[in-house]
Amino acid sequence: MTTRELTYVKAFNEGLHQVMAADPDVFLIGEDVAGYGGVFHMFDGLLTEFGPKRVKDTPIAEQAIIGLGVGAAARGLRPVCDLMFMDFVGVAMDQIFNQAAKMKYMFGGGVSVPLTITTAGGGGMSAAAQHSQSLEAWLAHIPGLKVAMPASAYDAKGLIVGAIRDDNPTIVVMNKKMLGMKGPVPEELYAIPMGQANVVREGSDVTIVAIARMVVEATKAAATLEAEGISVEIIDPRTVQPLDTDTIVTSVKKTNRAVIVHEAVEFGGIGAEISSQIQEAAFDYLDAPVARVAAPFSPSPYSPILENAYMPDAARIAARVRAVVGRG
Amino acid sequence: MTQTTALGVQYGPREGYADDVTRELVLELHRGMVRIRLFEEHAGKLVESGDMPGFLHLYVGEEAVATGVMSVLTDADQMTSTHRGHGHAIAKGAQFRPMFAELYGKTTGYCKGRGGSMHIGDTNKGMLGANAIVGGGIPIAVGAAFASQYRGDGTVAASFFGDGATNIGAFHEAVNMAAVWDLPILFICENNGYAEFTAQGNHMKLEDIAERAASYGIPGVVVDGMDVLAVRAVAVAAVERAKAGHGPTLIEAKTYRYFDHQGIKGMRIPYRDAAEVEAWRERDAIKLLEVIGTERDLVSAKEFADIWSQTEAEILEAIEFARNSPEPDPADILDDVYTV
Ligand SMILES: Cc1ncc(C[n+]2csc(CCOP(=O)(O)OP(=O)(O)O)c2C)c(N)n1
Ligand SMILES: [Mg+2]
Repeated sequence: MTTRELTYVKAFNEGLHQVMAADPDVFLIGEDVAGYGGVFHMFDGLLTEFGPKRVKDTPIAEQAIIGLGVGAAARGLRPVCDLMFMDFVGVAMDQIFNQAAKMKYMFGGGVSVPLTITTAGGGGMSAAAQHSQSLEAWLAHIPGLKVAMPASAYDAKGLIVGAIRDDNPTIVVMNKKMLGMKGPVPEELYAIPMGQANVVREGSDVTIVAIARMVVEATKAAATLEAEGISVEIIDPRTVQPLDTDTIVTSVKKTNRAVIVHEAVEFGGIGAEISSQIQEAAFDYLDAPVARVAAPFSPSPYSPILENAYMPDAARIAARVRAVVGRG
Repeated sequence: MTQTTALGVQYGPREGYADDVTRELVLELHRGMVRIRLFEEHAGKLVESGDMPGFLHLYVGEEAVATGVMSVLTDADQMTSTHRGHGHAIAKGAQFRPMFAELYGKTTGYCKGRGGSMHIGDTNKGMLGANAIVGGGIPIAVGAAFASQYRGDGTVAASFFGDGATNIGAFHEAVNMAAVWDLPILFICENNGYAEFTAQGNHMKLEDIAERAASYGIPGVVVDGMDVLAVRAVAVAAVERAKAGHGPTLIEAKTYRYFDHQGIKGMRIPYRDAAEVEAWRERDAIKLLEVIGTERDLVSAKEFADIWSQTEAEILEAIEFARNSPEPDPADILDDVYTV
């Protein structure tokens, strides 16, 4: 097994190349995904390698992009439909949550929808209210959908492959600010199945459950805290639907404390669900209330100063952990 | 000479339309276009030098469309814009200081630093904002037009959008509804030939987007979007029609953006050739108006030059104002989420 350092976006791209080479039923459509390789380079080189039959630019028509994917998937193809910015799920939402998510169940199991939706979420680029959102809780709330949020180059490759191979409609949310981040990635094709959390770092005093780019911030916070004598374990759920509650609960039973971190607004965020699961399964093990670090309840602001205050970072995470372990 | 397309769409006036043009009108339209041109050039450079945050979709090349249409609207008429919205805002009456301040994310900006480039606009001047969702503004403008009809106040609405936006469902739903209810609205398609990096020929089968009007039973007009007087003439007719209670008009302005989809300089993959850009620059709307103005002895070359230099000075002052304006206070981050 040869492993190299690849960027997050290159790893995703390599996974897509390999899975398309392996499976002729996989095709890709979206706005500027072919000739331009996607506005985030996610689809570079795919048109050249697989040609215009399998890699297609669409008109600006998110509802039709996803709807086409649903129909083609119901016929057994494995569409990858790109929505560029996560905020655009709003335009395609009927096809995502009323159609793709429910067909299997509504039709008595008669049809599967192996559709993959790719998109990029998260803030930190002064892209303002309609281009910065983290809407994973909204999607995870819909029975029938799966939601993957890669937080490393390794996971970007493994999760796009896992999503395409999964027989259910699955949304892979890349993080815009992580695109250039490097990490070790095996050369060969591999898949990470949906619903398998990653223990990013082992520790004994507190568990941080971090979503997407917050894994990076939590890792920075953990290094600072370690120097202060606080040992942090970090769990990255990788997919928020399905959620690997077992791995989270096992960790919390060991550390007796939990802090959940995500970029999305706190109210009704996936952290609320995780917190609830922890207290239901491990109430007697908890030495402190489960804490959350997340965005305040407002749209994403444009000004860099406001946006920095809006998004959780290592310093806010560390401060919260100190409070939770009683050293605040 | 008017032309007609295969589906019967009339090309807007090309010759003889500007016989009654006055010196005041030429000066007003020229100043309007120069204000946009220089604002955009400065804003683009400031972002690319790292002085200003965010990213911009610049309107350079398309100035005649916003300027021509807005010259027949009043502050009470409502307008919706797009991700490429600075030009629409300036044409509708937005001032340089709060424009630049917004791009710098300052409290003195039109959106108090909350919205930035893609949401910029002066809500007091009939702007329902720029919009970062393609097609998002079109139904909203229809709602504004509904309010005009409901109140019977004689105002109209105008919605600007690109060629690419006419492929999204919101366009179809909104235009059809406005047509059915004879709402007082102008739909202005700024056809710059591209949706991001995809040429029109690859995202629709039509050449003239105005032909889409036929499917809603409303007039469609094609106009040279590099000719501000021609744009103004079709807007005058469309506003008259709207105010007379006859409903919407779909205006397709053929235009071109000189810069890239985002920012000034080209991005990594070329998707249009330099000759094409040059050919459009040759037909520059500001140059054309300067030729018309001087040939007819309405405005002197010196007067045109003064407009450029005065505007430049005004912009430099506004940039300083923006730079020196206070940053927003994170303690106020929850303000304005709800109306209280
Ligand atoms: C619903 C939605 N889909 C996609 C995008 C990304 N996007 C921003 S601008 C643009 C192209 C718009 O093309 P057009 O309507 O022709 O306007 P132009 O940029 O040429 O002015 C796209 C696809 C978006 N902002 N919103
Ligand atoms: Mg366009």
